[in-house]
Amino acid sequence: MSDQINDSRRNFLSKAAVAGSITIAPGVFLHQTAQAKPDEQAVSNSTRWGMLIDTDKCAKGCTGCVDACNNEHALTGFDRPESDAQYIRKVSLVEKQTGHEISLPLMCQHCEKPPCVDVCPTGASMKREDGIVLVDKHICIGCRYCMMACPYKARSFVHEKIEDQTLSAPRGKGTVESCTMCTHRVDKDGIPACVEACTEDDHNAMTFGDLNDPDSAISQELKKHGGKQIRADLQLNTGVRYRGL
Amino acid sequence: MTKRFLQLSLILTGLIMLFPLQGMAETPFPTIHEPEGAGVKCVVEDEDVMRRNHMDYIQHQRDKTMREGIRAESDGSYSLSKCIDCHVEANDQGVVPTHNDKEHFCVACHEYAAVQIDCFQCHADRPQKFIKRAAKDMGGE
Repeated sequence: MSDQINDSRRNFLSKAAVAGSITIAPGVFLHQTAQAKPDEQAVSNSTRWGMLIDTDKCAKGCTGCVDACNNEHALTGFDRPESDAQYIRKVSLVEKQTGHEISLPLMCQHCEKPPCVDVCPTGASMKREDGIVLVDKHICIGCRYCMMACPYKARSFVHEKIEDQTLSAPRGKGTVESCTMCTHRVDKDGIPACVEACTEDDHNAMTFGDLNDPDSAISQELKKHGGKQIRADLQLNTGVRYRGL
Repeated sequence: MTKRFLQLSLILTGLIMLFPLQGMAETPFPTIHEPEGAGVKCVVEDEDVMRRNHMDYIQHQRDKTMREGIRAESDGSYSLSKCIDCHVEANDQGVVPTHNDKEHFCVACHEYAAVQIDCFQCHADRPQKFIKRAAKDMGGE
């Protein structure tokens, strides 16, 4: 697909751009940090949306984010937890030696180099310019390669006929789906439903923002305290980071 | 000679039998639900243009929205949900048709033209105000 991002080409171009900007005027860069996007403008890679989750603040037993997500996307279950669609899961980790328990929400990590996109035979699994990884259900054939490729078990397959979808979350039988980082909200300067719910519950465990903007809350937090990637060894450069792991 | 005559008469009777079927094969034109205040111009294009080209318009918009995040709701943008919002309404019995009913705005024409619609396998077929959703807790851990 022509709009697919080619890493080596991009690296070359960004180097060329730096070289170009130096010849124009030293220290002056011809690029701007992201502002609120006008409605009719396509998303661009000047923004990279990300999320920081503080596991120390994430309350054990609380499923506020999961419920908000289910509501937002009208995810209905069929009492079959093995196959019901799930965009976020609450995961508990217990350190055997100390008994220390960590609770965290796990969803699509919105990798910079998503394995799900690599394996997709139709181009349905895709990464937007602003770093959000999505499934284009219009061309998804339901082969589920992406589900196998994802190291985070983040994707679900819709097994049943779906009715009564919401306006912003079309979903149907025979396609794969996962966390969309609430693109429908983000494109209108909103924040994802899970982050909103967590803040409303006063847990404040989730921060959403632009990783490319050094002044954004998430970048500041990450700069100060750092944030770990789950399975950092895979070098996927995830957009979702965790503290307290 | 007799064989030839038999062949000819067989062909003739076949032709005669075909004629009355012509009149019977016609399918009645679908009744298309007009939005409130019939005669109002569609917000996007003229009726005949929409009838002919809506699939191309919507498909173009779908890729822009899906891949580029362009969710413009200004005039001149095409949107399936906008069509639905105006054209799908409760009928005289107070029932809102779904994509399984032949009186649904989209289905009525598509049945007539014998073209399958795939949109509603994923997209909502009624305006959101008509959809009653049971908030079901799927649990977390």
